[in-house]
Amino acid sequence: MSETATASPPLPKDLAAEKGLVNVQIDGTWIQVPKGTRMIEACKMAEKLVPHYCYHPKLSSPGNCRMCLVQMGMPPRLGPGQDPEFNEEGYQEIGWMPRPVIACANTVAENMGIRTTGELVEKCREGVMEFLLINHPLDCPICDQAGECRLQEFSVEHGRGGSRFQENKVKKPKNVDIGPRIRLDDERCIMCSRCIRFMDEVAEEPVLGFTDRGTHTTLTVHPGRKLESNYGLNTVDICPVGALTSNDFRFQMRVWFLKETPSIDVNCGTGCNITVWTRGNEIYRITPRENNDVNSAWLPDSHRLAYHAFQNERRLTQALLLNENDEHRAVPMPTAIEKAAGGFTNFQPEEIAVIASARMTNEELILTKKIIKALGTDRYALVARFEESDGKLVSADRNPNTTGAKLVLGNEDPFSQMDAIREGVTSGEIKALLVLGEDIVDDAGFSNDEVEKLKHLVVLHLLSNATAGHADVVLPAASFAEKRGSMINVAGRLQRLNRAILPPGDALPDWEILAGLLAALDTESAQPNRIEDVFQMLATEIDEFKGHTLTSVGELGVPVLETGVTIPLLEREKERIKNREIVG
Amino acid sequence: MSVVKLKRPELSVSDKLTLPALFKGFLVTLGHAFRSLKGKSRGAESLNGSGLGVTMQYPEQKWDEQMPDYYRGVPALVTDEQDRERCVSCQLCEFICPPKAIKIVPGEIPNEDPWAKVEKRPKEFDIDMIRCIYCGMCEEVCPEQAIFLRKDYAVTGTSREQMVHDKDKLYEIGGKRVGLVNKWNELK
Repeated sequence: MSETATASPPLPKDLAAEKGLVNVQIDGTWIQVPKGTRMIEACKMAEKLVPHYCYHPKLSSPGNCRMCLVQMGMPPRLGPGQDPEFNEEGYQEIGWMPRPVIACANTVAENMGIRTTGELVEKCREGVMEFLLINHPLDCPICDQAGECRLQEFSVEHGRGGSRFQENKVKKPKNVDIGPRIRLDDERCIMCSRCIRFMDEVAEEPVLGFTDRGTHTTLTVHPGRKLESNYGLNTVDICPVGALTSNDFRFQMRVWFLKETPSIDVNCGTGCNITVWTRGNEIYRITPRENNDVNSAWLPDSHRLAYHAFQNERRLTQALLLNENDEHRAVPMPTAIEKAAGGFTNFQPEEIAVIASARMTNEELILTKKIIKALGTDRYALVARFEESDGKLVSADRNPNTTGAKLVLGNEDPFSQMDAIREGVTSGEIKALLVLGEDIVDDAGFSNDEVEKLKHLVVLHLLSNATAGHADVVLPAASFAEKRGSMINVAGRLQRLNRAILPPGDALPDWEILAGLLAALDTESAQPNRIEDVFQMLATEIDEFKGHTLTSVGELGVPVLETGVTIPLLEREKERIKNREIVG
Repeated sequence: MSVVKLKRPELSVSDKLTLPALFKGFLVTLGHAFRSLKGKSRGAESLNGSGLGVTMQYPEQKWDEQMPDYYRGVPALVTDEQDRERCVSCQLCEFICPPKAIKIVPGEIPNEDPWAKVEKRPKEFDIDMIRCIYCGMCEEVCPEQAIFLRKDYAVTGTSREQMVHDKDKLYEIGGKRVGLVNKWNELK
């Protein structure tokens, strides 16, 4: 016997241990998972979804919702002198425990068995659902969470279908104003404490907490405090029910009408990954999209609500031309582009300057670079926006594509010529100016008189503004949600913008207008027809873009260069994963 | 096995000529014409026929009394005993509507309103009666018993705009409906 045992192949447990893995049986199938994995994550790897409310991989696991109960089994404890027995596959017999365990806060062990189905587990889920629904109001028709509510989903999957509760439901505060952007409905709360943990652990402003006990437990803000954190709206995203809802999205639209478009945020250099929710040609909300190399699963409120800036009556929808009476008149876009380009031919190259923006995409910037070349000038500058970082996700650089601009323009300091251009305009040395995506009166310190002095001013912008007011030609551009393109964030990651809606009126994606301008200025070389062609230009001219296409960039982006800049929130998250506080 | 071969029917000479079948049809019509002259048309009474036969002189005469309970006419919104709009603009009818005739803009009930606890009601509620196919799915899906198909069927208008029933028009048609489940009562 002993000879056959030594000759037999190595046991699965030894094979797994060599790689730092353990063998776990999930619903009858053996898989290998890293040592120390939470049971719920192991089940996810085996494609068995365990319903849960309180567990969130980015937060600590208190295990208080009891929804993730599963049945667990381990090999029987050996008596003194007893040798473990292995079956022909090399596993020990599993002794199933008669009581369930929570999958979110327990870790796997060698030869462990997990059952995510079966009578015990199903009875447990049904029981937990029944308790959760005892005091839950029948608010679904007026609740903004309906359609993306975990309680709705799990009560369909695991609930009883009817209530046995005869007594009156517990009354709690409804429609509570807990902060400028968030509304709380305590009756809907299922006490998962995700929001409390988020405010404590990620936002680091622990203003939320529970008061009272038992069925009267109530979520509330600390007396005298408000939920005012710039990360507050993330609690609305992670709330599995409709207890916390966004004031901005309140009663705007039911979620099942909305189309989701993955994109990136353009309000700072971090380039948080977002989902744009639209219906028809209107944006209804913006939520964070998980990307563990950029923004984890969070988004600052200031960035989330910034899309309202271009949803106003100042939005440019037609190309405008200044006529003899100093009035702006609408003209077709091709005419405007022709006039804009034609105006520059009356000037010497040294009389022309270009002010571009680090809010432009790489594609727009390379076209700008070519336009600058076609104009023959070397006077160009970007508008710098450096402020304080908030130590989390908001970068000190409020321009989303400074890294990309430096790379595409091949200039380490593209902001440096701004003062020289301003002096040139003041002295009358510069007579023609092309302003792309910026309001130089408000943001670059130009005065109205200086701008007035220019002989030919072309402005490409989303909104009508002070600079556009003086412009000879105004070209209506597209917002970040209305165009495609790519940007590089502060950490050197190439990411992609996708089009969620169409630009209003005659407005066109910026790159198309720039391509039109370039075609009018440089009639010799072939001009791009599609955004893919523009990206191809980037790929052929700049090493960092080589081998990439807009498609291959994917929804999560690719790192293209080392900037040495880190995102503080991610660093803290890495620390917490290392300390095994969160799964990550 | 799944293929069943059918034999083409053999046509007689009279079938091939078609005309005999045509005359058979004329005979049936003629038969009814004679019977109506004798006042023996079937259903003349129950269909409220005028004069000869079953023909009803619409619009002087109407069939409204014979209308069955399950008749589906124009959709309308209703208010409850306390004159509260029952609709909370959950937009399920907008979602289910097969010809996409319904358009709702939800709105919030202001805090000073006596029904502020309901929180939500439609700011705008339009049903395009040119699109509506009277399927009754909106009534079936409504979780608040707020929309009903009435027995009205004569919807007329001289322009497309007139054929869009707005919120006021819908409440005017629907009126007050009592005896429904009242979930927003004092206990709530």
